[in-house]
Amino acid sequence: MGQAVPLTKPPAASRQSEVARALREFLPARAVLFDEEDTRPYECDGLTAYRQLPMVVALPETEEQVRRILEACAAMKVPVVPRGAGTGLSGGALPPGDGVLLSMAKFMRVLRVDARARTAVVQPGVRNAAISEAAAPLGLYYAPDPSSQIACTIGGNVAENSGGVHCLKYGLTVHNVLRLRGFTASGEAVELGSQAPDAPGYDLLALAIGSEGMLVVVTEVTVKLLPKPQCAKVVMASFDDVEKAGQAVADVIAAGIIPAGLEMMDRPATHAVEQFVGAGYDLDAAAILLCESDGTPEEVEDEIGRMRAVLARAGATRMSVSRDEAERLRFWSGRKAAFPAAGRISPDYYCMDGTIPRKRLGEVLKFIGAMEKKYGLRCPNVFHAGDGNLHPLILFDANDADQLHRTELFAAEVLEKCVEVGGTITGEHGVGVEKINQMCVQFRPDELELFLAVKRAFDPAMLLNPGKAVPTLARCAEYGRMRVRGGRLPHPELPRF
Amino acid sequence: MNLEALQERIREAAARKAPLRLRGGGSKDFYGNEPRGELLDTRGYAGIVSYEPTELVVTARCGTLLAELERILGQNGQCLPFEPPHFGPEATLGGCVATGLSGPRRASAGALRDFVLGVKLVDGRGRELAFGGQVMKNVAGYDVARLVAGSLGTLGLIAEVSLKVLPSPACELSLELEVSEAAALERMNLWAGQPLPISATAWHASRLCVRLSGAEPAVRAAAAKIGGTRVEAGQFWEGVREHRHAFFDGPQPLWRVAVPSVCPPLGASGDSLIEWGGALRWLRGAEARALAAKADGHATLFRSQGKRESVFAALDPRVMTLHRRLKAAFDPAGILNPGRLYAEL
Repeated sequence: MGQAVPLTKPPAASRQSEVARALREFLPARAVLFDEEDTRPYECDGLTAYRQLPMVVALPETEEQVRRILEACAAMKVPVVPRGAGTGLSGGALPPGDGVLLSMAKFMRVLRVDARARTAVVQPGVRNAAISEAAAPLGLYYAPDPSSQIACTIGGNVAENSGGVHCLKYGLTVHNVLRLRGFTASGEAVELGSQAPDAPGYDLLALAIGSEGMLVVVTEVTVKLLPKPQCAKVVMASFDDVEKAGQAVADVIAAGIIPAGLEMMDRPATHAVEQFVGAGYDLDAAAILLCESDGTPEEVEDEIGRMRAVLARAGATRMSVSRDEAERLRFWSGRKAAFPAAGRISPDYYCMDGTIPRKRLGEVLKFIGAMEKKYGLRCPNVFHAGDGNLHPLILFDANDADQLHRTELFAAEVLEKCVEVGGTITGEHGVGVEKINQMCVQFRPDELELFLAVKRAFDPAMLLNPGKAVPTLARCAEYGRMRVRGGRLPHPELPRF
Repeated sequence: MNLEALQERIREAAARKAPLRLRGGGSKDFYGNEPRGELLDTRGYAGIVSYEPTELVVTARCGTLLAELERILGQNGQCLPFEPPHFGPEATLGGCVATGLSGPRRASAGALRDFVLGVKLVDGRGRELAFGGQVMKNVAGYDVARLVAGSLGTLGLIAEVSLKVLPSPACELSLELEVSEAAALERMNLWAGQPLPISATAWHASRLCVRLSGAEPAVRAAAAKIGGTRVEAGQFWEGVREHRHAFFDGPQPLWRVAVPSVCPPLGASGDSLIEWGGALRWLRGAEARALAAKADGHATLFRSQGKRESVFAALDPRVMTLHRRLKAAFDPAGILNPGRLYAEL
């Protein structure tokens, strides 16, 4: 958050018109934007704390246009930042003030849905939920379901390796994408992965997924579709203590159950959402768990029974099982509305995304509680409990500079705590510009250097989404938070500020 | 053996530009292009570093015996869901991840790379590097941990791996049906589009074997739907996984052909065995590469008795350029298993 990235100076008008003119040679006028009123909507993504006007916005419609944009920008040494729907939460699509924002919004066609092969071939600007909508008549769906799924695009999901509430059982984007077509920064066409179960050579498909738009610009995505489970039910369980709820999660897994979804919300979070959506949550509980089973009716009946028994033994004070689909959706509605609900009870909120080993949950929640006191800010917690992914929501008022500052410090401490307990600074939202300083905490200089080498292998001129996700060593030295191992500061030769 | 010793060995070889042949138990020596270079034996760097069943994660060193690892998981009612082939009791975890091979459950559970959460790597300069971690969701930095799975040791020595594990299925049964190759492919693809707990399929010589795994009620309901004869097939699946099935005997070259599962029969002249719902076709014969290319797939010369070169399907030149640059980034001296994957790497 805050001024983590030195924003580039506005470009000289001559440079702007030079680049716009070069793109206009092969793009229609309406596909090249540079007037402030036209470029303003692209100044930020879902992380609105960072804003910057792009020098030029390009809106290609064909692969050939994408190739030519990349070639032209490479020739002029102009940075390019790809963008889907702009729902990302880490500033991965923050535009370059001196470059081209490449909007993939016009690539919005579902090209093929193959029922027999259980695959869909889609353009990157297709919304996540639209894939499942297109596949629904065939009894199939696309499994990863980030909470922004009605708006976010599959291209953005590929860039961020997005998850959702069902990843423990069904995996992340990387587990559900078979093949990508796209271009490297210099405009070379590449195809990664295949319709077969694997492709020869290194797994560049896995490397490209989650690379935050820094390795390839994706123009076509082949996804795996799954048969829609016949039925799903969710158990809602209340606990009078957050740590007991955390232990219940471990107990469910120890019993050999992999729930389709396993979510936790603490009391501040249930109170925030209940007044917003009326999901029927137990407001007396210190924490509630939502534990879902899906499959055939026989399977679900059996699994729900086993889940109830485990949760009861773990000390659940109240339990209810969704009686029908409407009630199941109502139980989930509160969880899915957690972010907007936070936005309703506070002028601003800041969502974190650390992942921790589940057994450290109690300790981390206590730590967050201590931070609430230390910084004088409230922080409800929603938690993808099944996979250890925390989303603490710090409530603040951005108009109060001191609150914003305290929020930044609060968030940094929590992320660093996640690393300390053996977790990670980001489970599914990406590093972008937001967590770039914490990368210096999670990784050592040699590791960061290797990331930069991987980047150069795809983009030697460092023009594609530059400055995101991987900090330079100089930047880490400046941040002063490099990991110290064995009592020695790594890279003592680097100047420190 | 400690990690420093491995690092020192690689640093020293890099200084001399002396190729190293990374090797665990040697159970997969047959796989890939001809190994060359001085032997670096990883078996001494062994042991489980951490395992907590409720976290669904195990972290172990490369020299750990795969059989030992699976035994310990089994004691806790868990398993490696991708059912990696061992190809011998001496198979190690490092070799398992470096070859990236998955077994019969791959079509339903996912591939080895899907379960890799993190690695500790020694790169070609002898640097110890850690990527990924011990948690299910982690998008910090590029996914180097998955990149090295299946890279045949050409990017670094995989010193330690964290894998996601899952509970072993509560109930399992197998069914056998007598059908032609075309009918088997038709059925396997049809079933895969339905919510059935199919955990493995294999067709050979007009016999289609289907394994169901999961909660008992689901397995029972699915068995009624699929039909056929119930068979005791534990040994059969073990034979398919470990290539002890009679199909894999004999001196003819064995080709592994990966294709879209819906691809019709390839029309190979020799014998064939089909797995993974139609997506994996094992062939005994010479024309595999041409058949694979026609089917939008790729063929690997999995086992052969002659000189091993061009074992893997050729890459698009632009993709090969990316491979060469990545190799140079991880192993600038080009000493780690050179040529094992491709002559250029």
